[in-house]
Amino acid sequence: MVITTEHLTYTYSPGTPFEKVAVRDVSLTIESGEMVGVIGHTGSGKSTLIQHFNGLLKPTSGRILLNGKDIWGEGMNIRDVRFNVGLVFQYPEYQLFEETVYKDIAFGPHNMGLDDKEIDKRVHEAAEFAGLSADLLEKSPFELSGGQKRRAAIAGVIAMEPKILILDEPAAGLDPRGRNKILNQIRDYHTHTGNTVLLVSHSMEDVANFADKILVMNNAEIFAYDTVENVFARSEELKKIRLAVPQITNVFHRLLDDGLPVPENVYTVPYAKKKLLQLLAEKENAHA
Amino acid sequence: MEKKEINVSGLVFEYPGDEEGAPGYLVLKGLDMTIPAGQFVAVLGHNGSGKSTLAKHFNAILTPTGGDVIVCGINTKDEDRLFDIRQQVGMVFQNPDNQIVATIVEEDVAFALENLGVPPAEIRKRVDDALKEVDMYEYREHAPHQLSGGQKQRVAIAGILAMRPDFIVLDEPTAMLDPKGRSEVIRTIKELNKNFHTTVVLITHYMEEAVQADRVVVVDNGKILRDGTPKEVFSEVELLKSVGLDVPQVTELVYELRQEGIDLPQDILTEDECYEALKKLLA
Amino acid sequence: MLKDITIGQYFPGHSPVHRMDPRMKLLLTIFYIVILFCVSNPFGFIPAVLFLAGCYMVSQIPIKMIAKSIKPILPIIIFTGILNLFFIEGESVLVQLGPIHISWQGIYTSVKMALRLVLLIAGTSLMTYTTSPIALTDAIEQLLSPLKVVHFPAHELAMMMSIALRFIPTLVEETDKIMSAQKARGADMDSGGLIQRAKALIPIMIPLFISAFRRAEELALAMECRCYHGGEGRTRMKQLKYSHLDFVALGVTTVLLVIIIILNIIPMPFLNWLL
Repeated sequence: MVITTEHLTYTYSPGTPFEKVAVRDVSLTIESGEMVGVIGHTGSGKSTLIQHFNGLLKPTSGRILLNGKDIWGEGMNIRDVRFNVGLVFQYPEYQLFEETVYKDIAFGPHNMGLDDKEIDKRVHEAAEFAGLSADLLEKSPFELSGGQKRRAAIAGVIAMEPKILILDEPAAGLDPRGRNKILNQIRDYHTHTGNTVLLVSHSMEDVANFADKILVMNNAEIFAYDTVENVFARSEELKKIRLAVPQITNVFHRLLDDGLPVPENVYTVPYAKKKLLQLLAEKENAHA
Repeated sequence: MEKKEINVSGLVFEYPGDEEGAPGYLVLKGLDMTIPAGQFVAVLGHNGSGKSTLAKHFNAILTPTGGDVIVCGINTKDEDRLFDIRQQVGMVFQNPDNQIVATIVEEDVAFALENLGVPPAEIRKRVDDALKEVDMYEYREHAPHQLSGGQKQRVAIAGILAMRPDFIVLDEPTAMLDPKGRSEVIRTIKELNKNFHTTVVLITHYMEEAVQADRVVVVDNGKILRDGTPKEVFSEVELLKSVGLDVPQVTELVYELRQEGIDLPQDILTEDECYEALKKLLA
Repeated sequence: MLKDITIGQYFPGHSPVHRMDPRMKLLLTIFYIVILFCVSNPFGFIPAVLFLAGCYMVSQIPIKMIAKSIKPILPIIIFTGILNLFFIEGESVLVQLGPIHISWQGIYTSVKMALRLVLLIAGTSLMTYTTSPIALTDAIEQLLSPLKVVHFPAHELAMMMSIALRFIPTLVEETDKIMSAQKARGADMDSGGLIQRAKALIPIMIPLFISAFRRAEELALAMECRCYHGGEGRTRMKQLKYSHLDFVALGVTTVLLVIIIILNIIPMPFLNWLL
């Protein structure tokens, strides 16, 4: 499923002293099956933008198209749009409400009007994708640990089997172990289902590790929307808008500036290690 | 005058079991540490390691089931001295929204002093001082909900500073903030420590914050796993990873390269150090 | 939408009205309401309106804020207006349709009631616009403190009010967030009958309650850490003190009462047909 925005603009509280343009003239296309990292400061418009993708917000002007169809156009049901574009909010564990984890995950599928057998299948699949063991399903969501609650909430959206899954900072506030577990689970979900995934994050390092493409929002506008390499190649500009690039990228750019023969598109530890070992081996050979 | 330090000896804490016979839950299993005045200590550990439980012992929210915590000569089990302890050891929590009591910033900063019965003129002065120390003075008449997360957290810190405590304990103060708020709060904490010699105990699971401390205490499974300078602690990459913690990217890279037999110093923590070391290596 | 509620919203400023003692503002607001109900002569509304307009001018609160504060209760005003219009028995009947009749008396009463309600809301709103909620709770605490003798929990009451005020914006925002999150899971809150809609609230109310309890627990802990132990031995940073401003305001309001009483007493036979 392809998602397209055309000159999307959204203004909060128009006509009041609090008027604020949150998203300005955003046009972009997210192809089917992509894993896109979305980065930007608080107030950059990224959260407002993603709430347009599933029709929670209606653009002040411009359009959002799903597979070429305007989601606010005639004959479209906005609830169907929400079933196709799943949105996991920040701290989603605060939306849990049912008596059991099972029932909570089933809330979305139930709203879709599915039969019990299908719901049962989806709840189990979603729980597996989110890394929740089956014995947790009959527990109350409020008995779970912080990380488990978070994953139960994510399962509640996955269970609707959306073609596009958007997660707003799924790892916020978790410790390194919890963060890695969730991000790996999301990556597995992406490879298994081939569905589009949008990952909103403050962490350049997480995005660099997990995404194919990066959308950088700044001041309500698109600052960059490109492959990870191409976005990090603009690290000087990113620093100007006060977005931190990974430490390693900085180090390599400084080495590059000194005229050392290092690659410029380095942002993960394993890649940096591989490239450095290659370089050192070459140096050794040259000496020999 | 008692020595200004927090002294933890043989600290054991067990959540009691309930009446239905459920067993108690042992969280802290014998900790010893001393926090002298003026230090910036980071307590690092993953969720459930016991680090927050430890923090709650510093100002007598919890009292040990075994061993003692002595704050400036006062045992935290001494209930008559509770307010003395809480005045000495201020506490800042994770969620900035849930610790601001008043609807106006300066009223909130005044809250503790009002509780302590400080005369109004003195409150005014100390509130202004505290707000200036965290660089929030110009926001003194704002409502909390008009502020960003980082600003709210700084107000919460000011509310503690107004008591003029010798120690300030921060329990994951940045976990709910964005990168900007996080750096604001850390900068504020560091300035307090440097300029006003406030002892800071920072409970965190972010290694990039712990790196900036004078001393890092790693807590795991209710025990102190390591206690030393950041350089000492973070050089043990394998150990930290095994207890679910991270090390800075540059430290990890250097560690990985050393594993391959490359000659690099083992105590690299910052971007600058890594850059210098790699430059030397490649030149 | 939820954020548009302005009753109880404070507009910081330094006008004489802002600087008045909140206790006096509270008392004078009550005084003004009493005065409104004393008006029996239609001309009495003129000084009452002028008085309030003057207060708004001095306070530098934009007049359009009145409209904003009245909007939520507009349906009530219209409803009572219509009731009065159709069902007040009057002698000078204009239209008669079965039990429904419109008379001059009906028109007069409905206009009078509507005006009274509008002035009442505008007056109390002026107080909340110019008084920070915390000052207001302080005022209530102080005014009620003599009742402590009979063990009336004045401090506790004020503390509760102030915490409620503090958390209203937080909980409003949270409600918005939870609603969005449940809508994203296909929750349907806008259709169906009454029972269905009530049911649709469950996924919002439960998380909201749980969150409120969690917040309360954390807040209590934070308050304890800041040595809170009830009202005993507590001091306040901002001391309430009456100034000449307050006595001027009291004087002006008393003059208003006198004018209204005089207008009530002066015989105006040309109005008899209406009253």
